[in-house]
Amino acid sequence: MIASANDRHEQDHPIIQAEALHVRFGSQLVLRDINLSVPRGQTLVIIGESGCGKTVLLKTIIGLVKPTSGRMLFDGQELTKLSARKLAEQRTRFGFVFQQAALFDSLTIGQNVAFPLKQHGEYSRTEIERIVRQNLLEVGLPESVVFKKPAELSGGMRKRVGLARALAMNPDVVLYDEPTTGLDPIMSDVINELIMQTQKRSNVTSIVITHDMNTARKVADRVVMVYPVPRLDPYESQVLFDGPPSQLDECNDKRVQQFIHGEAGDRLREMRLESSDVFDE
Amino acid sequence: MSSIAAFFVQLENCRQSHPNPFKLPKCSSRKWTRGSGISEAARANGMATGTLDNSNHQRTWLTPSYEFICDSGWFVINLLTVVGEFALFCLKTFQWMLTRLPRKETLLPNLFDVGVLSLPVVSLTGLFIGVILAVQSYFQFQQLGLETRLGAVINMSLVRELGPVLAATMLAGRVGSRLAAQLGTMRVTEQIDALDSMGADPIHYLVVPRFLACFFVIPSLTIMADFMGVIGGYAYSIFVLGIDKHHYLYNSQQFVSTWDFSGGIMKSFVFGAIIALISCYRGFTCQPGADGVGQAATAAFVQSFVLILASDFFMNVALDAIYFALWPQGASFL
Repeated sequence: MIASANDRHEQDHPIIQAEALHVRFGSQLVLRDINLSVPRGQTLVIIGESGCGKTVLLKTIIGLVKPTSGRMLFDGQELTKLSARKLAEQRTRFGFVFQQAALFDSLTIGQNVAFPLKQHGEYSRTEIERIVRQNLLEVGLPESVVFKKPAELSGGMRKRVGLARALAMNPDVVLYDEPTTGLDPIMSDVINELIMQTQKRSNVTSIVITHDMNTARKVADRVVMVYPVPRLDPYESQVLFDGPPSQLDECNDKRVQQFIHGEAGDRLREMRLESSDVFDE
Repeated sequence: MSSIAAFFVQLENCRQSHPNPFKLPKCSSRKWTRGSGISEAARANGMATGTLDNSNHQRTWLTPSYEFICDSGWFVINLLTVVGEFALFCLKTFQWMLTRLPRKETLLPNLFDVGVLSLPVVSLTGLFIGVILAVQSYFQFQQLGLETRLGAVINMSLVRELGPVLAATMLAGRVGSRLAAQLGTMRVTEQIDALDSMGADPIHYLVVPRFLACFFVIPSLTIMADFMGVIGGYAYSIFVLGIDKHHYLYNSQQFVSTWDFSGGIMKSFVFGAIIALISCYRGFTCQPGADGVGQAATAAFVQSFVLILASDFFMNVALDAIYFALWPQGASFL
C-alpha cells in the first residue's frame, strides 16, 4: 500500500518544473520569468520564432545551460547543483535529439547508437549489438547502415539515427530540438510518427521544440508559445500561449495567430526599421 | 581641482546617458563580450539571435574618453576571464588524468594521429635543419680554419634548441590546428553538447586522450627530428663539404653531452603539453560558423607558437641555472 501511495505521489509530481527561470547571456536576456510544469508522460511542444530562446530552454532542462536566476527542477532536483557523477547519472534518464543530429563524425552509425550504452550501461557486447540493431530497426533504418559514417547518410536518416541513439538508454524524458527542420514533408511526418510511437510505447515525457505547426498539432498534448524578450513589454509574460493544440486557433493574441498561420504581418517593416537604426548608428 | 571635478561630473553624465557599456552605439567593447571561452556568452552566440538596442544616445565630447575607459575595462575583464577559464580547463584536464584514464579505443587513434601521421613531416623538418645548419655555418668556420668543429655546432644546436623548438612549431601547425578545428567543429555542430547530454564528460572523453598523445608522442617525435638532423648535417658535411669524418665525429662526441640532449627532450614535454592544452581550449571555445573554426585553428597555432618560444626562453634560463649549480666549472667548451 505504501509503495503504491509513493508511486501515485511520484506520478502526480511533475517530472520537469521551471520556477521563475531567467537566462541571460552577457547583456542579452533570453529567458525571462519562465514558469513551466511538465507532468510525466506528456508531450509538450514549444513553439516560437527563431531566437526566442526555445533551444536555450531545452538546454536548461538538461542542465547544459545554467539559469541566471530561478530554478529548473528535474524530478524534484536541480541538475546544475548536482555533483559531476550524479549529474552524469541523471543525464542517462534523458534522450536528446539535436537539430542537426549531432552524431559523432569519427564513429560509425553503430558506434554512435552504442555510445551511451558503452558509456554507462553494464551491457555485454552482444546485448549492445542487439539494442543497436533493434533501435535502428524501430526508426526504420536497415542493418547495412551500422558500419557507415554519418557523412554518408541523408539528413532524414541522420535525424533517425539521432533518435535511435537518444532512445538507447530507455530514457524517461526525450528532448527534441527542431526534429523536422530541413526535412521534406514526408520525412517530417515520419519523424512525427516516430515521436508519437515512442511516446505510446514507453510512455516517455517528450518535449519538442519546433516551428513546424504540422508537428505541433500532430504530436502535442500541450503547446507552449514563447516570444523573444526584447519585443515584449517589461511586465508581459514570455509565454504567450499555454494549452492544448485544439485551443491554438481560439487564442486572441495577434502574435500567436500570426505565428500559427505563418503571416509576416508588420514584421518585415519592423525588421527594416531595426536595420535602418543600426546603419544610422 | 575644480576642472578635475568637472571632468568627473561630465564623465558621470556620459555614463548615465549610456548606462550599459554593451549598448554604447559605437563602443567597440561589444566585441570583448564575445569569445570569452566556454562562457555562456560564447554559447549565446550560437543559440540566440542578436537583439540590437535602438535607443538613441546623445554623444558628448567626453563620449570617446568614456568609450576608451569602457573598452579598456572590458579588455582587462575579458583577458582575466580567458586566463581564468583556461586555468580551470587545465585543472579539470589534470583532475581527470588523476582520477580516470581514457579508454584504449579513444587513446590509440590519437596516438596514431599525433605520432604516426606526423612522423614524415617531422623527419623532413629535422633533416633539413641539419643540412641548413651545415650550409650556413661552413663558410664562417672555414674562414677560421675550424670546419672540423662543424659537428659540434650542428649537433649542439640541434639537440639543445632547434630540434625541439622547430619540431614543436611544426607540430603546433600540424597537430594543434587540427585539434582546434576538429574540436571546434564538434562544438559548432553540437557534438560536444551531445556528449554532455549523454553524461560523458567532454574533457575526459576528448581532451585527456589528446593531451596524453601530445605529451608523450611529441618528445618521441623530437628525438626523431634530432636524429634526422644529425644524419643530415653529417651527410652534407662529410659527403658534400668534404670535412674529415674522424674529426667531425670526435668534435660532436666531445661537445654534445647527455645533459644537452635530455634538456631538449625535457623541453619537448612542456611543448607537447602547451600544444595540446591551447589547441583543445581553442577548439572548445570556438565561435559558430566556418569563420569561427578558422579563427580557432589559427589562434591555436599562433598562441602555441608564442608560448613555445616564451617557455623555451624560461626553460633555457632554468636549465642553465641548474647546470651551473650542479657543475660550477661550466661546460667544457666555455
